[in-house]
Amino acid sequence: MSRAPKALKVVGRPRRRVDARAKVTGQTRFADDLMFPRMLHCKLLRSPHPHARIRCIDVRAALAVSGVKLVLTGADMPIPYGILPVSQDEHALCLSRVRFVGDPVAAVVAVDEITALEALDRIQVDYEPLRTIADPLEALATPNPRIQPYGDGNVHKKVALEFGDVDAAMAGADHVFEDVFFYQGNTHLAIEQHAAVAAVDPDGKLTLWSSTQTPHYVHRALARVLEIPAAHIRVIATPNGGGFGGKSDPFNHEIVVAKAARVLGRPVKICLNREEVFYCHRGRHPVTMKLKTGVKNDGSIVAMDLQTLLDGGAYGSYGVASTFYTGALQTVTYQVPRYRFRGCRTFTNKPPCGPKRGHGTPQPRFAQEIQLDKIAAALQLDPADLRQSQIAKPHSLTANYMRLGTIGLSECIDRVVEGSGWKTRYGKLPWGRGIGIACSSYLCGAGLPIYWNTLPHSGVQLQLDRSGRVTAFCGATEIGQGSDDVLANLVAEVLGIDPFDIRLVTGDTDLGPVDLGSYSSRVTLMMGHAAIQAAERARELIAQAVSAKLEVPPARLVFGERRVFDAQDPARGVTFAEAVQVGEAMHGTLGTTGSYRPPESAAKYKGGGVGPSPAYSYSACVVEVNVQPETGWVDVEKVWIAHDIGRALNPVLARGQVEGSIYMALGEALMEEMDYRRLPKHLSSALVHKYPSMLEYKSPTTLEMPEVITYLVEDPDEAGPYGAKEVGQGPLLPVMPAVANALYDAVGIRVDEIPITPEKVLRALADREAHRCGPKNFPRIDWPEPLRVPPPWEGGDGKAENEGPRRRREGAIVAPDVVQPGLAPHPSTPEGRREKSAEGSPAPEFPEVLR
Amino acid sequence: MMRCHRFHYESPRTLREACARLSDAGGEAMLLAGGTDLVPNMKRRQQVPPTVISLRRVRELRDADVSDGMVRIGAMTTLASLTTDPLLRERHPALFKAAAQVATPHLRNMGTLGGNLCLDTRCNYYDQNYEWRKAIDFCMKKDGEVCWVAPGSPRCWAVSSTDTAPALMALGAQVELAGIHGERRLGLSELFRDDGIEYLSKKREEILTRVLLPVPVPGEVSTYWKLRRRGAFDFPVLSVAAWIRRDGQGIVEAARLVLGSVASRPLLSPASSRLVGSPLSEEIIQAVAEEASSLAKPLDNTDFSLGWRKKSARHLIQGALRELRGDDPRSLGPIARRAAELVPVF
Repeated sequence: MSRAPKALKVVGRPRRRVDARAKVTGQTRFADDLMFPRMLHCKLLRSPHPHARIRCIDVRAALAVSGVKLVLTGADMPIPYGILPVSQDEHALCLSRVRFVGDPVAAVVAVDEITALEALDRIQVDYEPLRTIADPLEALATPNPRIQPYGDGNVHKKVALEFGDVDAAMAGADHVFEDVFFYQGNTHLAIEQHAAVAAVDPDGKLTLWSSTQTPHYVHRALARVLEIPAAHIRVIATPNGGGFGGKSDPFNHEIVVAKAARVLGRPVKICLNREEVFYCHRGRHPVTMKLKTGVKNDGSIVAMDLQTLLDGGAYGSYGVASTFYTGALQTVTYQVPRYRFRGCRTFTNKPPCGPKRGHGTPQPRFAQEIQLDKIAAALQLDPADLRQSQIAKPHSLTANYMRLGTIGLSECIDRVVEGSGWKTRYGKLPWGRGIGIACSSYLCGAGLPIYWNTLPHSGVQLQLDRSGRVTAFCGATEIGQGSDDVLANLVAEVLGIDPFDIRLVTGDTDLGPVDLGSYSSRVTLMMGHAAIQAAERARELIAQAVSAKLEVPPARLVFGERRVFDAQDPARGVTFAEAVQVGEAMHGTLGTTGSYRPPESAAKYKGGGVGPSPAYSYSACVVEVNVQPETGWVDVEKVWIAHDIGRALNPVLARGQVEGSIYMALGEALMEEMDYRRLPKHLSSALVHKYPSMLEYKSPTTLEMPEVITYLVEDPDEAGPYGAKEVGQGPLLPVMPAVANALYDAVGIRVDEIPITPEKVLRALADREAHRCGPKNFPRIDWPEPLRVPPPWEGGDGKAENEGPRRRREGAIVAPDVVQPGLAPHPSTPEGRREKSAEGSPAPEFPEVLR
Repeated sequence: MMRCHRFHYESPRTLREACARLSDAGGEAMLLAGGTDLVPNMKRRQQVPPTVISLRRVRELRDADVSDGMVRIGAMTTLASLTTDPLLRERHPALFKAAAQVATPHLRNMGTLGGNLCLDTRCNYYDQNYEWRKAIDFCMKKDGEVCWVAPGSPRCWAVSSTDTAPALMALGAQVELAGIHGERRLGLSELFRDDGIEYLSKKREEILTRVLLPVPVPGEVSTYWKLRRRGAFDFPVLSVAAWIRRDGQGIVEAARLVLGSVASRPLLSPASSRLVGSPLSEEIIQAVAEEASSLAKPLDNTDFSLGWRKKSARHLIQGALRELRGDDPRSLGPIARRAAELVPVF
């Protein structure tokens, strides 16, 4: 290592982000801004039925419309895909079954959108309606008709894990608290609708531009479904106008336009409308939870027992991972010596749920933080002190083998307690006004990729030339979170230049090394390490050449202020451009690469693939509310939030992420819900989203945004680049329970479900006994025997005692069971058509298509 | 994005020409003012007029003047310009507050007073795109048979969601309608019908041309309270417009209390008369709020649950009357506080 120690010049300085100019001047080119000569437009026909078999599709009248170039149906792209290897259950267009209102059935490509729309209206689809499943209770009670051919009836997945003898610990606890909570589903509501353009290059290769967070996974899905070599496909992730997890799956419309462009040889574009974005969904799972916690008299936790029931919607999506995530991080915030987690995801005839900011963890966090508040009240402890006293131990393994690094939570709590005047105000404010506290933790990148591989999770390539130009290439995707800025930031820091000096080529599978995508708060940490490695390698090469020229040992050279100079004699040096020239002269064309793969997890049990991360971020939040008891109206007046970010690479961006999280969290806390309407059964089989529009799906406006005081707590973690941890998701998590806890302080009620509407506040105020509004009980679920994994302090080694031989390679994908019993090749695949499925289900049916 | 259907577009320059074009179209055409209601409705295929007649170039409809003790406001006056008129704010605060709380600044820049009065009635089963409505087999307001809010009902229960109509009704306004056969004048309550589909008594061949408001005499005060989820953007789920005239001793001489968004038209409360003859005491306010709120029979077709909307009616009416009594609106809870903080956008 030739690097001379130097103060950080870029890292930690508040800066304008590198893409700010383009964004504020309206010059950023989003997917829908792309126009090409001879471009055609695509529209999708979506199912009006929540659950039906397709008997016949008649597209003749649509094809007869002047200006229509192509009509596609499911049979044109019969190979299934899905983000997780265990859930390859989606088709570009439905084959013989539609599973929710909005499931796409056919596509029309025409000279313009209005022509395509007119043609859509002429497609005749003959449906045979099937019984619908509206919620998890119905799914548990109704195994048939099955929404998906895999899983158990309409149960998609059940998981059960136990770390130490929880029942014994509960029996020895001084107090046991048991509560049931409900967290309503909500959606991402990115301002930019999903859009994509596909075109065939002059040499016959395919390019897809798409507003996706995960170009790499879209790339794989396209290769699979279109049956063309991945190397002949280029996916370019255009800057996303917000993602939040909603653009992390490969989507129908992306595959459809790619197919259409290949058939027609012309560029084909699609831009979804807002209703269609609601149908793409993949948002927060509605989760019912039963949380049982045993504590000692001082409030310290001796054991926790959590059950979760998820409403998954009609497809798998990330659901298996989401299910595990409702349990995986419960041990990361506070010390939990023994822990049992059982989770169940069901299929319902609604748009699929998936990952939204915080993926699977806001729901159990809501439950635990409210229950801690109840524990504090029952034991007459200060809620802030109770939390402070049992923060998880830094640099330790948790009961479920998550490896923790630095934990800045104690300081986070101190900051918000001090800032909000907690000690003099909690419990002492006038009736109607109150403050509440909650904490949380989140991962900095999933430790395992979506599909099994031993390859890097992120790669960065640098190319430098004699002009002094540095170009950084990376597959990472700018979704508004500042991914590009992080890349420029770190390369500039290492090479001693300005972030604006660097040219960035990102989100392009042809030009940059693979980065898995903008999800799971992984980019800063993983791409960051890859960028630093690539930049340090470039630095080595240049330093070697400059050292020879200046006759200064490489270790004495400083890269800074766009120069390379002698630390002992700063006047002796060369400009950065000259340094690159001597480097190029010595080594030939200059280019380096860097890459990163997370350390191996300590969790060796099945299911242990979800939750491990190189580092964990922490947050604490105090919310002040003003409640009007006559109407139940809740105004959030102020929020204090402290986030342990390890190190803020660019504090301006970091604060933006924190404030954005507060905004999104308050929407979830107070108003947002994916609510569905089933019409009277004797009149209709309809099961529709109540209001798939930005007007009636209520999300806060700027007028609802309270004053926010943000504290960035920097406790650098050796696992992060310059010690940095995530900030994109974690700060969302404590806000919802802090609002609920503030209501208790204000008017003495518990609202144990989200969103906290005025009506629920009134209901809780009217409940003279429990002063509560929330679910009454948790349904009885026939759980499997849990995998028993002794915690580290009980002699465990991370493996389950009662686990059979592993069916897959060690440490596989995020979804821990690649080979799920009963998951035969999908009947629509050529493979599946050859061998009938394990249960002997009928051969796949293709509806008749009349052309 | 969603696209409008194909239609003929006409943009006459005079009122006479507009009336003639409208008549020629034989009831098939629709009038375009600011377009903030009609255009999205066309995109959702709730309204598919073969001809759209724009009033944007008809200058007469933008005139405003005061004569014979009446303020005349042209129907094409934008909502934004109403909120920047200091005289209006002083004389007719109910209308000012109503206009200032419609939608968002962008929509108020386009939306007009006449358009807001003629706003299509709204319903969660109706204000959806074509595909959604197809999924529920449509409703009687457009393309279907059933009213899904009340499936046994022979009528449509879509909700009058205009902010300005309750305010103007409370203020005793009138409107003028023009057609090829001449003009007529209606009291505002006569403009509306209690039906979600045929919610206006204005004929299809008529154009709403202006609004007439009596110039207030001393002792008159008015206000408008709007209940909605957010401080911007949302249509009312319940609204209260109140107007009173007091004598020198503070005795109420005349009063009008109007509820909006609880039926297919704004409702003038019979309880208004109970305000007359005594000062606005807390006792009277409570009694009137109790009686007037019984008029609110919301159905489950807007934001919020109907039970909560009904419960909130009394609170909203009380608040509006207390404000008229002289209470500081900022002390009257979050809804009033927000409205009191309204700042005109100049």
